[in-house]
Amino acid sequence: MKKKIRGIISSIGVPRLLIGLFLIALFVIAPFVDVRVDTSINDVIARFGMNAVLVLSLVPMIKSGCGLNFGLQLGVIAGLIGAVTSLELKLTGFAGFFAAIGIAIFFAIIFGWLYGLLLNRVKGDEMVVATYVGFSSVSFMSIMWLILPYKSPDMVWAYGGSGLRTTISTEGYWFHVLNDFLKIELGTHITIPTGTLLFFGLLTFIIWAFFRTKSGTAMEAVGSNPEYARSCGINVDRVRIVSVIMSTIFAAIGIIVYEQSFGFIQLYNAPLLMSFPAIAALLLGGASVTKVKIWNVVVGTLLFQGILTMTPSVINNIIKSDMSETIRIIISNGMIIYALTRRMKVRS
Amino acid sequence: MSEGYLLKMESISKDFYENQVLQDVNLNVKAGEIVGLVGENGAGKSTLMNILFGEETIHETGGYRGTIMFDGKERNFSTSFDALEAGIGMVHQEFVLIPGFTAVENIMLNREITKDNFVAEVFGDRMNTLDWEAMRKRTNKAIETLEINLNPNMLVKDMPVGHRQFTEIAREIDRESTKLLILDEPTAVLAESEAEIVLKVIKKLSQKGIAILFITHRLQEILDICDNIVVLRDGKIQKELKPKETSAKEIAEYMVGRELSEQVSGDKKARKFKETVLKVEDLWVDMPGEQVNGVSFEVKKGEIFGIGGLTGQGKLGIANGIMGLYPSEGTVLFNGKELELNNPKNALKNGLAFVSEDRRGLGLLLDQPLSWNVAFTVMQVKEQFIQKHLGGLIKWRDDRAIAELTREYIDKLDIKCVSEKQFVRELSGGNQQKVCLAKAFAQNPELLFVSEPTRGIDVGAKRLVLDTLRQYNEEYGVTIVISSSELEELRAISDRIAIVNEGQIAGILPPSAKPANFGLLMLGKSELEEGA
Amino acid sequence: MKSQDTLNKTMNPVLKLLIDYAVPIMFILIVVVATPVSGFSLGFLANEIMTRLCRNSFLILSLLIPVMAGMGMNFGMVLGAMAGEIALIFITDWNIVGISGILLAMLIATPIAIVFGYFAGVVLNKATGREMVTGLMLGFFMNGVYQLLVLYGMGKLIPITNKDILLTRGYGIRNAINLDGIRQCLDNIIKLDLFGVQIPVVTLLVIAALCLFIVWFRKTKLGQDMRTVGQDMEVARTAGIDVNKTRIVSIVISTVLASYGMIIFLQNMGTLNTYNSHEQIGFFCIAALLVGGASVTKASIPNVFVGVILFHTVFVVSPRAGKELIGEAQLGEYFRVFITYGVIAFSLALYAWRRKVEQENERKKAMILHKASLQKQGKGGVSLEKIDN
Repeated sequence: MKKKIRGIISSIGVPRLLIGLFLIALFVIAPFVDVRVDTSINDVIARFGMNAVLVLSLVPMIKSGCGLNFGLQLGVIAGLIGAVTSLELKLTGFAGFFAAIGIAIFFAIIFGWLYGLLLNRVKGDEMVVATYVGFSSVSFMSIMWLILPYKSPDMVWAYGGSGLRTTISTEGYWFHVLNDFLKIELGTHITIPTGTLLFFGLLTFIIWAFFRTKSGTAMEAVGSNPEYARSCGINVDRVRIVSVIMSTIFAAIGIIVYEQSFGFIQLYNAPLLMSFPAIAALLLGGASVTKVKIWNVVVGTLLFQGILTMTPSVINNIIKSDMSETIRIIISNGMIIYALTRRMKVRS
Repeated sequence: MSEGYLLKMESISKDFYENQVLQDVNLNVKAGEIVGLVGENGAGKSTLMNILFGEETIHETGGYRGTIMFDGKERNFSTSFDALEAGIGMVHQEFVLIPGFTAVENIMLNREITKDNFVAEVFGDRMNTLDWEAMRKRTNKAIETLEINLNPNMLVKDMPVGHRQFTEIAREIDRESTKLLILDEPTAVLAESEAEIVLKVIKKLSQKGIAILFITHRLQEILDICDNIVVLRDGKIQKELKPKETSAKEIAEYMVGRELSEQVSGDKKARKFKETVLKVEDLWVDMPGEQVNGVSFEVKKGEIFGIGGLTGQGKLGIANGIMGLYPSEGTVLFNGKELELNNPKNALKNGLAFVSEDRRGLGLLLDQPLSWNVAFTVMQVKEQFIQKHLGGLIKWRDDRAIAELTREYIDKLDIKCVSEKQFVRELSGGNQQKVCLAKAFAQNPELLFVSEPTRGIDVGAKRLVLDTLRQYNEEYGVTIVISSSELEELRAISDRIAIVNEGQIAGILPPSAKPANFGLLMLGKSELEEGA
Repeated sequence: MKSQDTLNKTMNPVLKLLIDYAVPIMFILIVVVATPVSGFSLGFLANEIMTRLCRNSFLILSLLIPVMAGMGMNFGMVLGAMAGEIALIFITDWNIVGISGILLAMLIATPIAIVFGYFAGVVLNKATGREMVTGLMLGFFMNGVYQLLVLYGMGKLIPITNKDILLTRGYGIRNAINLDGIRQCLDNIIKLDLFGVQIPVVTLLVIAALCLFIVWFRKTKLGQDMRTVGQDMEVARTAGIDVNKTRIVSIVISTVLASYGMIIFLQNMGTLNTYNSHEQIGFFCIAALLVGGASVTKASIPNVFVGVILFHTVFVVSPRAGKELIGEAQLGEYFRVFITYGVIAFSLALYAWRRKVEQENERKKAMILHKASLQKQGKGGVSLEKIDN
């Protein structure tokens, strides 16, 4: 019996169990400290929809053995370019949304390809290099946002200054196009953003399907044992580049989905630390530096966003101060450290 | 007491799990004596030395039986540091040196001479400053003892290989307590002129009273400098010889064993083959530890061609090179057509297949199911087990067909597993090897390379693997090139056997040839110069 | 023979030098171009650089020892900076001023830094081979712990009496603390005026003392052990060196030095940005060291000073140069953030790439030498096929 319990615990994973219990405890306490459970659930679902695609974008690179994509910002930037360009073109509704994605994919392919070339040259040190590639690309784009010739009055500084604003509203363009698509209202406090969830489902299906094709199988083999893959005639470097491009494209789509739900495009330093919460969510879902399954994305995003939603409201109502940011920092970064220090198979 | 012997090892036995590697071995060494230790791979030389040197792996695998008397006391070293303390030094086959350090720094590694200072009083000895002058003096003394030419301030990475070896030896003799020195193939990586100097050094050391245990594959060296020769075979002492009363041929005979010749030649008829399927000319392969230095040979269609030789001599490099896994140069003609080297996919596409010696590293996807392991190569290289949709745009993996294929091989090769979905990591060594074979067979190769097919698997599985290979050869006429460290195995299965020594083919013999001839070739003595 | 050519085609020494020092050369070029554009006077620049040299050198020097032990850039130095800040908060609360305040701060920071450093060392030992990314995450993680302590703990669990540094709600430290009590008290002990350049002599002496310490430390047994561990952990272990302990000690020393460095840094600044000061410190110091020509495995004292001067010159001139060139001061701001991150990304990538290329070249060279020595002995390519039957 004891053994069985231990087996169950180890199959769920200690960190996930603790966070899960913590989350349940928060939901149980919530009514007693005047926090509405239904609005909380609504928030968790909405945030899940916003963030899940970004988390999903990490999957291809882990599968191909490139590790955690600390350079996620590169994809985010491609997404931002797509978003502001679509606004500049005054495209609204689904047309604007898909135009943004189309343009974003174009840039994501270019960025991802260059990024992949770089990562192939620094095998073994991918993660630390990726982190700084992410950081420096964000700061480089900060310069670009200032000098790129965008003209739309909705986006540039109102008082005659040049360059784009730090936050740009998607209201009137493609705000909530997915969220409101086939949305279901349960009572007055819960709205299910069906479109966003369906879109996430579609992207998840694409990833799932890809890993059942010949190329997807090769990618998984490269991640599993690159030497094996090489001996089977696979061009390991090329497969890795494909995985990096895929991750970058999905990150670009992810940020656009995020923006249509959030309502704002955030430029300049906003994407700087975006990779960490996404990575932490995936790790919380049970992925490791070398192994990932699709359900890790769903479980991880739900848990992570659940904590982020519940801690400010519940904890703050208990101790009357806002510790949510601090708790977010400790959980997300602690999760990443936990994953980095776990013993993993020896690298060749 | 120990009758004047410095070292007395008595009835030493050791098994790894069920595998008996040493059995009642006795070894005696006097002070100042040079004892040569000879044997094939797996004869137990390294295990014996590891026991003496207190390597941790020995204790982790259950220790050993027997007694070791050293320097008048009974010993059971639990770590190599204890052995060093007692006065046993060891020069490993691979250099244990830091390339970015000078000879002085390497020789004095973690035994640096220090000067006291006040900080050390507070924070401990590690804050003492190094006394470079004293260290240099000590190093020079060690170098003088060896009477060699070695620049103490040169970085190891800038040294020629020979000097690196000197640095290793100097480190061992710098320990004043060293009474016995184990040298594990000190000349293997050296050119002849360098090797000669090392041999001189060894003689000098013995004259100073240091006992030497000398392991080498070069028979002439043993005959030249040893006082005593011990031949190990299958974990037992086969024979003790005096160099003056023996010859290279006799040593080789004891090493390889006489008895198996009859057993093998009887049960197989010599087969005749005409057509050449593989022609290798001047092939060089840069595989670390298994370098191939320009080999040429031909393999006939339908035959089983064995490649033997001692570990590290390059027999494994040949298959790895042709399959494109390690950088190679030279010409390989397959069916008369030149095969592009350094391109694994090309080799596979042309109908070559490979069962690697590095099963867990390169041969298998340990964390994937059996089915993937069996079908992956075929799927990627030949696009079988794929359903094409949208005019070939989507190449969907046909999991059902893959499962069927895998089940077929599970039955055929009798692979013990729960189902085709089981992860390969969970299988035993023998069954993993069968998965490797299934992977190769699934490719329907025209020519199959097999490296060390029975390494690390139990006796029953060995038999089965070899039978499977031979059956496969006979039924489908597939040419097989098999490399193995086990001569018996090669003689049992092959039509011809090439012996590789120092990266080159020393000779090619029929399996019915005398064992001693194989032994001589392995030790680098071609049959021709020895005469019959 | 084609392989022979590759041996002869050894890299052009000038090209090799250019690649080895790509980052410093790039910075020298930026300095040469941007300084005249910015229009700053030489005197102003000299003063600025002197200030920044005194402010940052100690912190950057604290990075050298982990490099020696093969642990790369110590991104975990942020932990040391936090220890220094915590100590400064205490002495401000107790209102201990002047040199005695600084010394007391160092005294308080030491045990905190030792605990932080030990923790970091243990974590990094579990992440062998990816120390840098783990150290980076450790900095982010400890930032959360620091917030917990300073923003929620201080004034509640940890008694703080000085209401001026507490938030109005009664607990938690304010975003910015005035360090008037110790402002530039180290710098101002002796201040020389040399051609209009203010030189804080004592601060420089402290930095010089640390340099001497590092030089001396390299000659100790412990220093030698660290070099050994840094070169090859396996060989160090077989030689009987306690590898894990040695690595932890190197991180502890680095963390303690970083905490002192932070105290020196902040006495010069005069204000403590409670929640932001340490965050950027790690990036700036590492970037400066890399700009000075250091790599992940090799960093020396000259690298530190060359790096500080080049990096901070660019830092000072870039906003003005940006304004003069494009009429946008903000651009220069972004530009300096970009070069900070960019330099680190570039150096790390270049280093990892070169290590791979060098390994490949080594292999080729060894192969060719090996072949040549065989051919000399007349063994090359003799086929003994004739023995067959």
